[in-house]
Amino acid sequence: MSDSAPFTPSPIGGHTIELRDLTVRFGSTVAVDSISTTMRAGAIVGLLGRNGAGKSTLMRTLAAHRRPSSGTVRIAGEDPYEHAQLMADLCLVRHDGDFNLDVSVADSIAIAAALRPRWDAAVLERLLDRFQLRSDRTKVGALSLGQRAALAVSIGIATGSPVTMFDEPHLGLDAPSRYAFYDELLATYMAAPRTIIVSTHLIDEMAALFEDVIIIDHGALLLHEPADELRARGIELTGPAAAVDALTAGMSVLSSRTLGPTRSAVVLDRLDADMRARATAAGIALGPIPLQDLFVALTSEEAVR
Amino acid sequence: MSAGAVFDDRTAIYRQIADRLREDILRGVLADDEQVMSTNQYAAFHRINPATVAKAFQELVDAGLLYKRRGVGMFVTPGCGERLRAERRARFVDDVLGPVLDEAERLAIPPEEIVAVIRARSTTAKGHP
Repeated sequence: MSDSAPFTPSPIGGHTIELRDLTVRFGSTVAVDSISTTMRAGAIVGLLGRNGAGKSTLMRTLAAHRRPSSGTVRIAGEDPYEHAQLMADLCLVRHDGDFNLDVSVADSIAIAAALRPRWDAAVLERLLDRFQLRSDRTKVGALSLGQRAALAVSIGIATGSPVTMFDEPHLGLDAPSRYAFYDELLATYMAAPRTIIVSTHLIDEMAALFEDVIIIDHGALLLHEPADELRARGIELTGPAAAVDALTAGMSVLSSRTLGPTRSAVVLDRLDADMRARATAAGIALGPIPLQDLFVALTSEEAVR
Repeated sequence: MSAGAVFDDRTAIYRQIADRLREDILRGVLADDEQVMSTNQYAAFHRINPATVAKAFQELVDAGLLYKRRGVGMFVTPGCGERLRAERRARFVDDVLGPVLDEAERLAIPPEEIVAVIRARSTTAKGHP
């Protein structure tokens, strides 16, 4: 993209994010390992991965806080790095809010409002009320961790940014605050759809909010697909070990546990009617498994690759 | 426990929503020509992604169970409760009774005993409407 090309932000619906062989290295450590994928504009995406999987580095790169070591990031078709106009559309909220602790709550809000062309003061006011926060001269450093986290997500939502990212927003928020956050995130999203990426470890709590799920492990992309498709694909087969092995031969077996003569295998595959009938005939029980268990099966050290 | 606690995380959520609406229509909780909740109301109430909800509603529109009125919302197609009941009746032997009778056979429960249970139950049900 040439620097002179006029940049026209999408009026509504958020930006598309395209990654091609995106790699970020720190010295000899590869934090993000050759990820290629496209995030749809206007989708709420769950970014899942174990600690150290590269979620935060990936988000910081998408937010143009870092330059890729190699490969490309394209947001609304353009490279966001040092692209001032586009960067105003990208908001990354970390749980501690990256606040200057010596600045007052009121000034922290004013700074965010000044930087964000789509700032919605009414939304912010509603959120502050909901979290029982006040925009006053209190220094951010004097707030509790929970209040700081609530202020951070409130500002993130109020920015109205076409790409809004939350890195582990659950840290610091208690359960009622998290539910308030989910409600407000959905309400503002439905009023004005945008691209939202949330990394979290609270998969079973948040999964229903995600349209798409991205799972990364050791910096690499394991999968990126609609959450509902992933739910429909995960199946646990439990029965006599030999029968389970015979039936799952050729399937993508994620994990397998054995207790005496019984084996339980998690597969990522759709079973047709014929397979189901064969399973029943062989004394194998088929059970759906929750997204969180699928995630564990996919990313555990024992995961069969 | 998910934030949208009514739906589990084991099967496609849009499918669970569609099944639930079918059940409401079948039981008459949603009457003919009654307006159903909007996608956004449903999503906010259950804390579910609105695209997931929209997919479920669209499935019911495609199946002729709901109809859309532009700018107003979605409504229950008249007579579709009866249609769902007829479909469910047609599948009753295969889906519900079949597994019960298979289990009775495994446990060597004689058919007369099962018939007696059914008779006793329907008498009780009539006695306490």
